[in-house]
Parts: sequence; structure tokens; C-alpha cells
Amino acid sequence: MPTNILMPALSPTMTEGNLAKWLKAEGDSVESGDVIAEIETDKATMEVEAVDDGILGKILVAEGTEGVAVNTPIAILLEEGETANDSGEPSAEAPAPSTAETPQESAPTPQSNNNATQPTGAIVQNRDIFHAQGVIIEPPPFDEAAFFTDTYDVTVRDALRDAMAEEMRADKDVYLMGEEVAEYQGAYKVSQGLLDEFGETRVIDTPITEHGFAGLAVGSAMNGLKPIVEFMTFNFAMQAMDHIINSAAKTLYMAGGQLGCQIVFRGPNGAATRVGAQHSQCYASWYAHVPGLHVLAPWSAADAKGLLKAAIRDPNPVVFLENEMLYGETFACPSDEDFVIPIGRAKIEREGADVTIVAYSIMVGKALQAAETLAEQGIDAEVINLRTIRPLDRHTVLESVKKTNRIVCAEESWPFAGIGSEIAALIGEHAFDYLDAPLARVCAADVPLPYAANLEKLALPQVEHIVEAARKVCYAD
Amino acid sequence: MSTKKTSKSKKAAKAAPKKRSNSEATPATEEMLKLYRQMLMIRRFEEKAGQLYGMGLVGGFCHLYIGQEAVVTGISSVQEPQDTVVTTYRDHAHMLACGMDPRGIMAELTGRIDGYSRGKGGSMHMFSREKGFFGGHGIVGAGTAIGTGLGFAHKYRGDGGVAIGYMGDGAANQGQVAECYNMAALWDLPVLFVIENNKYGMGTSVERSSAGELYKRGIGYGIPGEQVDGMDVFTVQAAARQALGYIRSGGGPYILEVMTYRYRGHSMSDPAQYRSKEEVASYKENKDPITTLKAMMETAGIAEEDLKAIDKDIKEIVGNAAEFAKNSPEPPPEDLWTDVLVEV
Repeated sequence: MPTNILMPALSPTMTEGNLAKWLKAEGDSVESGDVIAEIETDKATMEVEAVDDGILGKILVAEGTEGVAVNTPIAILLEEGETANDSGEPSAEAPAPSTAETPQESAPTPQSNNNATQPTGAIVQNRDIFHAQGVIIEPPPFDEAAFFTDTYDVTVRDALRDAMAEEMRADKDVYLMGEEVAEYQGAYKVSQGLLDEFGETRVIDTPITEHGFAGLAVGSAMNGLKPIVEFMTFNFAMQAMDHIINSAAKTLYMAGGQLGCQIVFRGPNGAATRVGAQHSQCYASWYAHVPGLHVLAPWSAADAKGLLKAAIRDPNPVVFLENEMLYGETFACPSDEDFVIPIGRAKIEREGADVTIVAYSIMVGKALQAAETLAEQGIDAEVINLRTIRPLDRHTVLESVKKTNRIVCAEESWPFAGIGSEIAALIGEHAFDYLDAPLARVCAADVPLPYAANLEKLALPQVEHIVEAARKVCYAD
Repeated sequence: MSTKKTSKSKKAAKAAPKKRSNSEATPATEEMLKLYRQMLMIRRFEEKAGQLYGMGLVGGFCHLYIGQEAVVTGISSVQEPQDTVVTTYRDHAHMLACGMDPRGIMAELTGRIDGYSRGKGGSMHMFSREKGFFGGHGIVGAGTAIGTGLGFAHKYRGDGGVAIGYMGDGAANQGQVAECYNMAALWDLPVLFVIENNKYGMGTSVERSSAGELYKRGIGYGIPGEQVDGMDVFTVQAAARQALGYIRSGGGPYILEVMTYRYRGHSMSDPAQYRSKEEVASYKENKDPITTLKAMMETAGIAEEDLKAIDKDIKEIVGNAAEFAKNSPEPPPEDLWTDVLVEV
């Protein structure tokens, strides 16, 4: 049957072009791959190749014609023995993507006919998606108090180690990889003892090669393992950003749900002490910006253990932001190995009636100190420990603000497009009418972190800044 | 067909690849027919993909493999079922060679529900865990790190699999490729690094972008490297067989630089003005992998009708794939929101 050769598009934006030259004449036989014509666009001259074998029956658009619309038939291709006048000659109408070749009229919801073997995509109803659709949902239920009947005192450092050890005992696919995690026992001694217990196949010292080992770990996760990747600090993870975002976060979506990536990227984030601008950045909002990632930021030892266990069990890629200044702090932590904090649930660390202070990571401790000072001044502050940055527990924050009508966001990140900005947007969209004062943000100064002790202190948010901000939104001065 | 080899380090020396015979001996008829069929399938599929692109049915970027068929065909013909494969975005051929359904691939190109990624990945982003194909990556060089990780998992589990990580000559200059050579060698990972050198990273020739020889880039890490003629499927096959044998016997990673040529532009919208028409014509006329194999089969006395039957069959499969891809529905609007995260 004769077939139309159509004016091809050379790019998604091309709508028309010039037919510069025919390289085959009517009656010539052509084979698939033969160049039959040249066309011009404003950008380039390109060759048109035959896709089928046959005989060039009739040229419909003469060479030299300008402004030929894409998909216009430019010639007719015949099989041997046919003529251009044979019945069945294709109509000169350009076929559109939805020609009537297959009835589709009664298809309100497109259904896969499953002819290409393909698992169906995961049905996902995650919290961010609900939020994007305008829904505020309650956080996952969790009876946390029940776990605190039996606790042990532990540093954040050892709680992180205990979480990894317990999960590695339970699942042989879990392994730890990073710089100095094995023989050195961790640059900050977080992985102390793990090499001895699990051996060098599961606790792996890497070269200083963040881009490479992050990508390697993602590949191993695609192939069924459950890596924990330790970055000596998240400042170095900028080298690995492409794999965290492009390879880990986006793959499940790009694969239509059939191939995900169970991986934890963890390490200290934010400022330490006097290490200068390149070792002191907070990356919470960078990662929280990305759909496909879970972003967690523990404060206490209980947070550290319960959230890291959740992260390791989570089938999704998780960015786990620790804080070097907290590693040595001791907290009571539940002894029960089933203490796993649900991702997406904030914790009210201190109940109060007058003002809500939202914080994460090291700022939770500072917010609690600020609340003590404020209490002495007659202001009853409620302190929310976000724990999960993404998906954000919007419900807990909103309910608190509806109660206190005033809110301060405290974080160690820069102000511009920070987590505080996201909280501000949340309040503006969903609690505008509840506010008795404009929201206040407490952030790092919008400068690279300086080295000099006095300047560094000025640049980082302190307890007194939170107190000031809370007093301001309470019109206390 | 020239093969150059390097294996200078102490590690490579311990298990230096043996000199092997290449395609001088006449291969079995069945093997020739199998490889012919695979290469022809890739070519016809890509021509059809180009045609659908021209009709506006395929969007975005579309990178065709025409001219390079012998590379993936030769290598995949000797890989084992437990092996895994990853490549960059010129990836349709690798999927076909892994045994993925042409209809599912074509339907992904048209962005439809029956595509391998349900229309959400496109030409550059398709995966099949079942067939051991892990992408399809849009970032040059990133696939090599993923491939090294696939190999890490094979070794961790001891499943005997080898990861085959394809990259282009352009990717070979990415820093992470060097990082991966280092780790793969350090940890003796079962990874075959395949550099498909088609002479141009987009519009920049290898001469203008790459110092030294790409197959020698592993020397410092103790990774044996070899450069082979990628326009001859049996040369590629023989090199891959030996390389995979070396890796499977515990030798660690191996680099295969396969010299090939793409007939089409880098992507559909590339007028390819950085190379001469004579150069392209010379490859098509003198080096074409399918024509070469066809001539070989004629010499071996394989009947013309047998080849015609294959041609006809493939034309039908590809035609069906195109029809399937045109008629498959677009994904439903609610699919916008699925597959961002696995719901726990």
C-alpha cells in the first residue's frame, strides 16, 4: 500500500521548514536509511532519510518550496508493482497523533492493556502530595510516651551508632560506607565499633571521592542493597549533589514506580566551631526543595536513634542532617529497639499558650532555653521540634499557631528561601486569620560564616535572638 | 581489525588477558543470524523512532544508535542473565539488547501509559529490573558510578553477576569516571566499563576533548584496557567474551574502548556540521556493521530468503511497536502524583 512521506520535525519547536532539495527522483527505488531530501530550518540544513524500502512514487512538494508545515505529506512511497494512483493512496491530510486507527472514544480513564510487561506504579499518597493538593493531614500516629517508661542515657553520637548497629543486625543488605567510617571509627566517632562487629564488607572506608561513592552507593541500592552513606560533613556532599538529586530522588518517578532507591545519606550539617565558611553550611532547605527525598533533622539522642532507624527502613532516599555540636550531648533515649519515630511527625517539646517557636536540629535546644527565659518574663512559649523537614508536619505547626496566634521560626540556615520561609508560606496560606502579629524568623546572618570568634557568634542565631523575636511577636517591649 | 591492549600494572599482570582468536574463524550460522537479527532490530527500531520524532509523536531529545549496533549487540550476546547493564541516554539499543519489549520502549518514547516508565521517563529514562537494565541516565558520567554500584552489589551478594557500564567518549572525561575506576580497582569490583567511542561528544571530536587514549586511562589504577573495532560485531563479541571471563574469574574491572560511529546527529536536531559528509558516507559504505555481517553470511552460503524473512519479521515487529506506541493512551492526570515516593 502506498505510504506518505511526511515533512519531518527536527526539534520539538519546529513547525515548518523549507524543502531545499530532492536527492531522489520519482521512480527511484529507495532503501531504509537512504537520504532522499534536504530540508532547511532557520537553524540548520538536515537530511531526510527514508524509513521504509520502496519506490519514490510521486513528489508532492517540489524542491525550493518554503514554509512547508511539519507533517505535510511531501512524497508518496510505493511498494514494488504499485502506482501512485492505486486505490488506497493515503489521504493528503497529515496524520495527527490521535488518528482514528484505534477506537478510543470510550476511554474516560486510560487503561494499560499490559501488553508490554510492566509492573504498575506504586500508589503514592505521601504528605507532600496531599499538601500540594491543598490538604493538611494529621501526622502519622505515634504513642511516644509509652516508649519513655524505660530509657537509658546516651549521647547523640552513640545513639546514632546504636541505630545503625541494630538495623545492620536485622538486615544484611544494610551497609555503611564513607570516609573514615571503618578503621578510624568515624571522623566524629559515630561509627565506633561497627567495623569490629560487621567486618570490612559491611563497614567500608572510601577514598575521598564523594561524587563517586555517592553514585556507587545509589547504584548498589538500585541493585537491591540498603546503603548508609556517611558524609564527613554535608558540606562535602555538594560534590555528590547530582547523585542525591538526579540519581536517587528522581529515579522512582522516572521509572514509573518500578525502580526505587533505598538509601540514607547522613552526616553533620550546619556550623561547628571556628571551621570557616566552607565547612559550616546548613543544607536543610536545599534538600527539602526536592520532591522524591525525605529530609530528617534530629535534635536529641532519642530523635537521633528513632529517626535514623526509620530512615534506614524507609524505601525512599533519605537525607539525614546531624549536627556536630550535638554529638556529645547526652539525653534519655528509649531502650526498646522498636522505638522508631514515624517520618513526618513533629514533636511538641514544650507546651505553651502565648507563642509558638518552631525549630529543628540544634535550634531546638536553643529554643527550649529561650522558652525558659521567656517563662521568667511571663511569656509561655510552645516549642515544636520539627524532626522531619520533608514531609513537613504542617498539621502540628498549624494547630499550635491556631492556639497561640504567634509564631517564631528558628533555624541555623540563611534566611533567604530557608525552612522559615516555607513555614511563613504555610502560615500565610493556612493560618493568616489566626495571627495576632507578623511571623518572625531567626536565622543565620546572610553572609558566609566568618572565622573570627566574635564575628562567628554574631553570624549564628543565639538564644537571645529567639527571646527577642518571641517578645517582638508578643508585643512585649 | 586492529586491537590494541594495555595491561601494564602489577594487578593486571597477575591475570593478563590471554591472546585470543577473533573473528577470523567462521562463526556458526545460527550465531550469525542471531546477531544479524539483533542489529537489524536496533537499526529499524531507531529509524522508526526517528520517523515518529519527525511526526511530532516523540518529544524532547531523541538520540539514535544507528551505526553503533555492533557494540551493544556483540557485548550483550555474551553476557549472562545475572549481569546488569546501565548506560547514558543513547539507550534504546541497550534496552532492546537486554530483551526489553520494543513496544514498551516505543510507547515510552511517545510518552504513553504502556511505556516502560508509564510515560514519565521518556527516551532517556527507562528501566527494567526484571531484565537487568538500570537506565537510561540523562547525566553524562553518572551512569558509570551507578554501574560501579551495580557491580558492588554483585560482589556484596556474591551472585556471580557482572555490571556492564556503557559510557560515551564524552563521559570518559568526567571526574567521577576516574573516581569509579579507582574504587572498582581498589575493591576488585566485577564491572566492565565499555567506552563507546563514536568520535564525537555531541559536536566536539575526541581529538579536541580528550588527551591520550581512553582505553589507557585505567593503567594507573591497574585496570586492563583494550581498544577494539566496534564496527565488527564478532570482534566486539570476542573482546567482550574475554573481558567478561577475566572479570568473572575475579580479575576485577576491565575497560573496553569500542571504536564506533553514529550515522545520525547527536540528537535529532543536530545538523552535524562538525564532520564532513564524506566521513559519514565512508563509514556507511565501508564499515557498516550490518552490511559487513550480511556479506559474511552470503559468503557462508546463507540463503537470501533467510535474511529476507528476518527483515520482514523485524519490519513487522517495529511496525507493530510504532502502532502500539501511537495508540496507547496518555497517562491519566492522576499519574502526575504517583511514584514520587514509595508509600510506607
